[in-house]
Parts: sequence; C-alpha cells; structure tokens
Amino acid sequence: MRSTPARTTGDPAWARFSLIAIVVVFVGMMLVLPLIAVFAQALAKGVQGSLAALADPDALSAIRLTLVTAAIAVPLNTLLGVCAAWAIAKHDFPGKSVLISLIDLPFSVSPVVAGLAYVLVFGLQGWFGRWLDAHGIKIIFAAPGIVLATIFVTFPFVARELIPLMQAQGRDEEEAAVSLGAGGLTTFLRVTAPNIRWGLLYGVLLCNARAMGEFGAVSVVSGHVRGLTDTMPLQVEILYNDYDLVGAFSVAAVLCLLAVVTLALKTALERLQPQLTDSIALQTSRFS
Amino acid sequence: MITPTPAATSVTLDGVNKRFGRFAALNGVSLEIAAGELLALLGPSGSGKTTLLRIIAGLEFPDSGRVSFGDQAVTFAHAAERGVGFVFQQYALFKHMTVAKNVAFGLDVKKGADRPDAKARAARVADLLKLVELEGLGERYPSQLSGGQRQRVALARALAVAPRILLLDEPFGALDATVRKTLRRELRRLHDATGLTTVFVTHDQEEALDLADRIALLNGGRIEQVGPPATVLDQPASAFVAGFVGQSNALLGEVRGGVFSYLGATLPAPGLPDGPATAFARPDQLAPAVAEETGFPVRLQRATPRGPLLWLDVVTAEGQPIEVAVVRVGAAVMEPGMDVRLAIHECRLFPAA
Repeated sequence: MRSTPARTTGDPAWARFSLIAIVVVFVGMMLVLPLIAVFAQALAKGVQGSLAALADPDALSAIRLTLVTAAIAVPLNTLLGVCAAWAIAKHDFPGKSVLISLIDLPFSVSPVVAGLAYVLVFGLQGWFGRWLDAHGIKIIFAAPGIVLATIFVTFPFVARELIPLMQAQGRDEEEAAVSLGAGGLTTFLRVTAPNIRWGLLYGVLLCNARAMGEFGAVSVVSGHVRGLTDTMPLQVEILYNDYDLVGAFSVAAVLCLLAVVTLALKTALERLQPQLTDSIALQTSRFS
Repeated sequence: MITPTPAATSVTLDGVNKRFGRFAALNGVSLEIAAGELLALLGPSGSGKTTLLRIIAGLEFPDSGRVSFGDQAVTFAHAAERGVGFVFQQYALFKHMTVAKNVAFGLDVKKGADRPDAKARAARVADLLKLVELEGLGERYPSQLSGGQRQRVALARALAVAPRILLLDEPFGALDATVRKTLRRELRRLHDATGLTTVFVTHDQEEALDLADRIALLNGGRIEQVGPPATVLDQPASAFVAGFVGQSNALLGEVRGGVFSYLGATLPAPGLPDGPATAFARPDQLAPAVAEETGFPVRLQRATPRGPLLWLDVVTAEGQPIEVAVVRVGAAVMEPGMDVRLAIHECRLFPAA
C-alpha cells in the first residue's frame, strides 16, 4: 500500500527534485542568462547610450528593412501556405507526396546554400543575371534578393502547421457544407477557416519570428551595403565586428524584444485555445 | 442548375461503375428507388454501400453509368445543386457554430431571392429543432451534446434545405444500443412525416430489417438482391444473402440424385446439381428431431432462455457451432453435455461455390 496516493507517478522525491533542478539550471544557463546578457550589454552605457545607438541612420535603416521584409514575406507565405495545405489535406492529386517533400526543402537545406542558389540564379554571373542587368533590375545585393531569400527560408512554417491539422479534421465538414448548397469560397470562409484559425495564427507567428531573425541566406544575398541592404541580424554582426558593443547589443535587444512579443502572443493564443481543442478532442474521442 | 423542390423524387441508378485506384468499389450497379421509399443499403464493410450513397449525393462521381432523380439526369451535377440532405456517419457538425447556426447553415448560404429573410430562417430552425425534439438547445455547441443529440442536429441540418432525398451514412453506428433503438423509431417517424425518399447505409441487418421498406444487399460492389425485408429474409437470392441475413447456420453437405444430405439428415433438393451444397437454416428452422425425422448429431453446450425462445448453442462432431431457437413452452428439458439429433425443418439450398 502506498502512503501518498496523490503521487501517481511514483518517482521518489530526490528524483523529482534533481530532474527539476537539471531543467531549471539548463534553461537558466542556456536561455535566460544569454538573454539577460544581451540587455545588460545593450544598456552598458545607460538607456541614453542605447537609444543613441539605435538612432544611428544605419541602425534605423536596418530596422526598417527587416520590418519591410517581414511585412512582405509573412503575408505571402501565409497565403501560399494555406493554399498548399488546402491542396494537400483536402484533395488527392498525382505528385502529392513530391509536393509535401518540396515544402520541407527549405527546412532541410542550409540557409547559406539557399542564399548561394539565389545568387547563382539572379546574380550577375547567374542564369538571369545579364537579362536583369540589361533591364536595370537589381535583385542580388539589393532588397528584392533579401525578400526572396527570406520567403524561401520561411516558406514551410504555415503549411507545416496546417497540413496535419487539416488532415486530422478530414473533409466531412466541407462535404457537409457543400451538400447544404455552399460554394467553394463560402465553405472555406465559413467552415474551413474557423477550424484552422489558431493553427494558422501560430504558423504566422513562427514564420514572422524566423523572417525577422534570418541570417544565413540573407547574409549571402545582401552584399552588406550599409544603410541599404543590411537587416537587423546583419547589422548586429557588423557592429559587433567593429567592436561597437553597445550598438550591436542595442539592435540585438530590439530583435529580442520583437521575439519576446511574438512568444507572448503565442502564449496568449495557447491560453485561449484550450476551449477549442477540448471540444475537438471531445468530439473525436466519442467516435474513435 | 437544379431547383430543389420539397416533393419526394425517385432515384434511378443505371450501370454505375466506380474504381478507386485498382479497387473496384462498384461493379455495374443498377437500382430503382421509388419516390417516398425508405431504402436500406445493407452489406459488409467494403461492399460499396457508402460509395453508392456518396454517388447519389454527388460527393463522388461514377466512372461510368448514369444517375437520375425523377427524369432529371444528375450524374455529374454538383452536390450543392442536387437538393439532397446528407447525414454523415460522424455527423460532421460545424464545431464552431451553435446548434441553431448549424441547422440554419443551408439557409444562410442561399443566395438572392432563394434566401429566406432572417425571421423566416429563425422560424424554420425553431420548427426543425422541434421536429427532432431538441427545443431549447439551439444555443449549445455540438461538443456540449450527447451522441444521440448530435445525430438529431445533423438530421435537422440536412432537412433545413427541404431536400428531395435524404441520405444517411451508418446513421446509428456511433450510438449505444438504447439510443439506437429510439432513434431508429424516430427516423421512421420523420420519414413518414416528411414523405421524403430516404436511403440509409448500414452493416447491421437488424437495423435494415427493422426500419426499411426495401433492402438492397450489396456485396463486392454488386447488388445481390433488392426486396422487402420479409423477401430478403425468407427467399434469399444467393448464398451470400442467405448467409448474411437472418443469422443463418451454414451447413455444408452434399447433393446426390436430388437429395441433400448433411451428417445423416436428408432433405429433398429438386433441381440441384450433384456435388457439394450449403443449406442455410435460421435458428428457428432447426429443432430437435422427433422419432421419424432424419437428423444430424450434435452436442448441447448451453441452453439460454431469451424471452419466448430457448436458444441452444450446439456443436457438431467436427466442432462447427450451430445456433438453434426453440419455443420454450413445451420444450423438452435440455442439459449441457446432452447429445441431440437436429432436424432441418426448412432451409435454403445453394450449390457450394
């Protein structure tokens, strides 16, 4: 007989305490401490010094470029991701498994390789380089290249988030809507979209976080023209290499803050979500 | 474009074929469903019954063959244009909408002049919830309902658009036995009240026999027999039907010179070719043999009284289990372990495949 029936897992106290301690120490050392270090370093010369570093035209331009890039890449990838997930989860067509593998490609290819690939395609020596140059269009070492590279790297987030969700939900509700006389768009807006909205928001947030933070692919196509083609992560590296620690960490701190806001939003969404997941779980468990 | 009318309509399927990859789900199915009829599509899983239902609904399209409602060809008409109410096996209720919104969906998505005004829609929803006995639950969400209640919501939602045909896929499959019985009677009542042509899919022969005007038996993508429950039960058209319906015992014996014999029990078998044959006998068509009857020896394992009948579980010397039902009044005393001789009073004989 057990004297403490409340502890259902049955692990002895020392095991639980050491497990918790290991996790706390690890998270503290690997995640929290570096974050604190970033903010501490950024504020090494006080708030004034940090703000002055951010007011630098190059830093402002980097922040602007990062936000513009995310503002283009995230909506585009959201749209493409929803289309891809919709096609894969709700329809059967030849080549479906190839498409699923292709969606994962940006995750499996190193971002540096992706950047190089864009240079080879659109760069001066590349396939379309001469034609683009002749028409005065500059993609590589300019903002369009950065946006393209970011789109490539962040493409899978929304689709990957939605495909399993939409597959689990099946086609029944859509078929019910159609048999009740609803058209394709009505069915999507009134039946499919409400069912995937939380997964979609989550995917968009992840996509956004990566779009703002991407370094490798962007670094290759950027060309590092200060004040023109530097995003925030690139600016951080440049300032750091210049031994401008306050400047580097101030920009880094802004990047961190954006990430923290994203995470806070995600957590808030997860708090809201349980009512919905519960109802789904309840409905499916009854029939399984 | 088909304009849905509330009047019941007949359904004609003519030589419908459907393949999924290499699997032939339907092999030249032809079926006439009369206007206002309640028809059951009965068959084992994989027999093509759900595919057939989905083809009638327009959720699948046949590879060849024709579908028509009344004298309208609808073979390739879009599901949204057919005026068909479909109740899904797991109901497919819209999880994020209240019961009332679910039921109103078909009216809400109508366009232009077809769309009744808000007041008329609300009135129709209230009527339908009353019809399926869910008054007062309109503001609930599907997750807050029991399985039986969800089934009723799915029914009300399908009926909201005043369909010409009501289709139900395994309507009682996910429910427990008591709810199942109640809803079965309910569906019959709804069918009689609306006069709709109703087709439902089931693998449960009891459900089909209990509820349907006629039963279409499917096996391997073909229709084996179509007829009223009594005909299917008493005059099975094939060995498959005899084996599938009526809990029949299959007794594999032999025909020689127009006489069927099984372990010593003999029966006249006029017109059957010599060779192995199977006798399908329902539990009530077997009985302990009296003196002058021929019979086959079995050993009694269990005798279970159930209502007016005594059910005997017996095995042959080869170990084949056989079920027998005898009227309890006046039945001889039966003890487990007893050796009994069983006479075949009636059966259907088919040459063994």
